[in-house]
Amino acid sequence: MMDHKMIVAGSLKAVEGGFALEARLPYYRGLGLSMVEDIAVTVDGTTYPREAVRFTVRDTTYTLDEMETCYDNRWNFGEKALISVLGAELAPGDHKVTVAVRKRISYLPFVPTMTASKDLALAA
Amino acid sequence: MTYDIKRGVSLYSYQNETFDGTLTRDDVIRISCELGANGIEVIGEQSFWGWPECGVNEADVAAWHESMKRYGGVGVSHDFMLDYKRYKGRPMPFDEQVASVKKDIDFGAMLGVKFIRALVSITPEVLVAAAPYAEEKGIKILIEVHAPLHFDHPWIIRHAEAFEKSGSDALGFLPDMGMFVFKFPNVWKEKFMRLGVPKNIADYIEKAYEDRVLSEYVILDVREMGGTGPAIAMAETLRHNAAFEPKRMLDYMHRIHNIHGKFYEMTEDYVEPSIPYDEIVKVLKQGGYKGYICSEYEGNRWIEDVEEPNSVEQVRRQQVMLARLLGETETPALKTPLAA
Repeated sequence: MMDHKMIVAGSLKAVEGGFALEARLPYYRGLGLSMVEDIAVTVDGTTYPREAVRFTVRDTTYTLDEMETCYDNRWNFGEKALISVLGAELAPGDHKVTVAVRKRISYLPFVPTMTASKDLALAA
Repeated sequence: MTYDIKRGVSLYSYQNETFDGTLTRDDVIRISCELGANGIEVIGEQSFWGWPECGVNEADVAAWHESMKRYGGVGVSHDFMLDYKRYKGRPMPFDEQVASVKKDIDFGAMLGVKFIRALVSITPEVLVAAAPYAEEKGIKILIEVHAPLHFDHPWIIRHAEAFEKSGSDALGFLPDMGMFVFKFPNVWKEKFMRLGVPKNIADYIEKAYEDRVLSEYVILDVREMGGTGPAIAMAETLRHNAAFEPKRMLDYMHRIHNIHGKFYEMTEDYVEPSIPYDEIVKVLKQGGYKGYICSEYEGNRWIEDVEEPNSVEQVRRQQVMLARLLGETETPALKTPLAA
């Protein structure tokens, strides 16, 4: 659901110590951060370790482990979050970026992972 | 029996447009009201940023009321979620679940709706415990009866028994018309074929659905036809969907206060080919239903891989269909042109 709108076009950029891109939660509502179980980032076939990923909404940054016990913040419906990967460097140019979000949804009898890929260019 | 059936829209219907800001909440309230569907249902967590973990700021609630006033909207329902899996590895304790429902009752009251929708997996004990508070606030809690559940399922019967035993009229049902899928939806079939299901298998599943063959037999047959992955997944949709009978609502009419007008595809000639709305409206009239039928477009997720859903056009078509079935003389139409 909304998979094709998950990765924000043109959002890949270099940040200090890594790279970052914007993503929206592929879901028909927002979700409390404790229910976002994992965000896996893969670029050109390389999947980065969970520990390297940071999640930022409205100027607050979390590790994925910190999100698991965060009960007072949300990834709102349609809200662009900044997903950063630290300790990684990308060459300028085109990259195939894949993001997979695992969500714990109370009413579902399974734990869904939504995956989307997009070609994004990193400015020189 | 006298009935009073009104038209509304769940803003869920416009999710593809509101997700990326193509349309705002104000836009979709206007559009719904222009179509004469002035009953507005929201999922609080979709239409209001912050709810429930961060709360909603007063200005946003005020903006909602301004939109509703401007276009003549009537608040019908706030659909709440109650994330009882908020804590990893342990369910939310009972008392906290009840407290959470009370917060949603307060939020519903703030939005001026009469109903809040409970998801079907919530236990009757939680809802019964919250009922006195709901009564105090003039709100009814409606559990959504949604496929694969239905009015003869023991889980729903357990809810019905608990509601009667409680003696509270603040507890009721919100049936989702996706319970009454009487033909395999075309948009599902096409999606599964795009995922690689061979046409002969897709045709077989569609026909088996119309023949009401037990899902487990269909799954086995598909496997024996050489079906794998997406073909099995297509057959497995029969486990979760079935052509239950609209007349099964009649036993529960005294507790049915809102209806989700689920649809997957409205054709140009105003027909939903997979859900028997003529029969549904007949049953609701027979049962003396008083309340809204709120459009709930859910074809979006089945087509978005190949085309951008046109939620507004789909809702318009369903509203035209409903207006006709309800005997209205005027055909619903948009008045304000949409920006290109």
